[in-house]
Amino acid sequence: MKKVLIVLDGNDIAPRFDLTLELLIVSLGKDGKPAGKSDVVLARPSAEALCGVVTAENVHTVICGGIEKEYLRYLGWKNVEVIHSVIGSAKVALSRFRKGALKSGDILLKERKA
Amino acid sequence: MQDMPINLIAVLDEIPIGVCVLSKERRIVLINRAIESLTGFLRADCKGLPCSHVLRFNHCFDNCPVKRMDRGERRVLEGDIINQENQKIPVRVTFAPLSDSTGKISGYIEILEDLRQVRNFDAARINPFSFGPIIGRSPRMEKIFQSLPVIAQSEMPVLITGQIGTGKDLVAEAIHHASSRAKNPFVTFRCGALPEFLVESELFGVEKGAFPGADNKPGKFRLAQNGTLYITEIGDLTLSLQTRLLNWLDEKIIYPLGSSKSFQSDVRIIAATSRNLSQMAKEATFRNELYFRLNAVSLHLPPLKERVEDVRLLADHFLHARASLLNKTITGFSDACLKRLLEYDYPGNILELRHIVEYAVTLSQAEWIELGDLPAYLTENLADLNAKAPISTSPRVSDALSADEGFDWAAIERKMIMDALMKVKGRRSKAAQLLGWGRSTLWRKMRHYGIACESVRVNEKSSHCA
Repeated sequence: MKKVLIVLDGNDIAPRFDLTLELLIVSLGKDGKPAGKSDVVLARPSAEALCGVVTAENVHTVICGGIEKEYLRYLGWKNVEVIHSVIGSAKVALSRFRKGALKSGDILLKERKA
Repeated sequence: MQDMPINLIAVLDEIPIGVCVLSKERRIVLINRAIESLTGFLRADCKGLPCSHVLRFNHCFDNCPVKRMDRGERRVLEGDIINQENQKIPVRVTFAPLSDSTGKISGYIEILEDLRQVRNFDAARINPFSFGPIIGRSPRMEKIFQSLPVIAQSEMPVLITGQIGTGKDLVAEAIHHASSRAKNPFVTFRCGALPEFLVESELFGVEKGAFPGADNKPGKFRLAQNGTLYITEIGDLTLSLQTRLLNWLDEKIIYPLGSSKSFQSDVRIIAATSRNLSQMAKEATFRNELYFRLNAVSLHLPPLKERVEDVRLLADHFLHARASLLNKTITGFSDACLKRLLEYDYPGNILELRHIVEYAVTLSQAEWIELGDLPAYLTENLADLNAKAPISTSPRVSDALSADEGFDWAAIERKMIMDALMKVKGRRSKAAQLLGWGRSTLWRKMRHYGIACESVRVNEKSSHCA
């Protein structure tokens, strides 16, 4: 079972890893389909606390927005894949990830009105 | 001139600070080149995105300042952003509304100022024996300080040579901040840090589709536009990339990988190397012409053992900086400790001295740094220490240095944790206090280094991890 952690800002991926309060942890079965999910809310934003959740939950992949190098390296040391600088809906990001088509820097927003 | 239509984007691109225009819905209408350099986002990719997803300004997530803006009000906030290169950058942002002809708010403008230069200057501890953050009073350094302002004001490429740990990065940045390009970006590119096939795209940029999986990416030249591009370990560039760099020095035109569209590049190059480029040019592993072009203005940084007069000055500086960070009252070094520091030859140069002092300050519990607070390899069998075959089994800072990585702090940090745990007989809470870390930080680092309490040997019969 693979676990994916997505940092949230409402229904979108949170732009900052270190300022996130809400996380979504999705367990993917061997067939790649979601087998379970849980929402986690942090008491206060903290990149260190978030890294603690990642390691405690044995998360395989983190999907997030901007993340500082220090934490990117730390998660890399812990063999956690980090797909960062993703902009858009968490649902779309997860769907792309399941197809193996999500990469760092992807911009997934549909509406681009300025 | 007043009747001519204005190309707004061209005007904004010449402004050296970041400008971002937003719609009423707080979505990006346009950004200037300075914002592209600061954030790593390209103008074409940002259009229509919510500004918080591009700028990632910390105040965006704590009651958006634009949302709270009343008509005519302007707000200035200091905070930080995280860019596409995962750097956290301190910034000052000015928010102002834009009104239409009827006076209604039609959008917003955000001005971003990069505060790194200001913060570095403040933190440099202004010292009479200094140039910016560089410290020294030896005759060799005085000569370098005299030449730096002239070098800074020139537009010519600069080649900085010197062993690892001599301060090449610091000097490059000091030159930039003393130059007329100080308000523009200072972008660093480490040649040895990337696999060869990625170096070209990172340096010159890449257009979508140039190779499978390639997406638009501004290269370092683009990000450094109007500023300075600092290329370290330039001796690691392949001959073909050296040729491209030489072509740029002649024509100042950049073609991103896979693109037929070029752009005029206005960047000052500062290059650094710990290798002997002159020898490499003779061996035809470095292009002669490129060497001569870069070497037009050259600066050699001496190893620390050739500027012994600066050891005390530097040691005091690092001591006070670290003690201040850890909120410790440490007056100085004991006579025996100072004697040892002055005798040592520092194969790792200033970087090694800095780590030795920081290690000692972290572990010290007294008002003075004693000999026993120094890393073990400095004090074990002093007579043999600088012999060819040192007998100490403690990690030597200089042994861990490599040309590619510069310094492996991990070995020293692990030793520091072990020493702290030994000192407090395995009590992790006390060890965390001693190291000036939070407990969770120590726990995390112990897990990272695979340090379990059982591996901390103590002389007493009982040991415990509290």
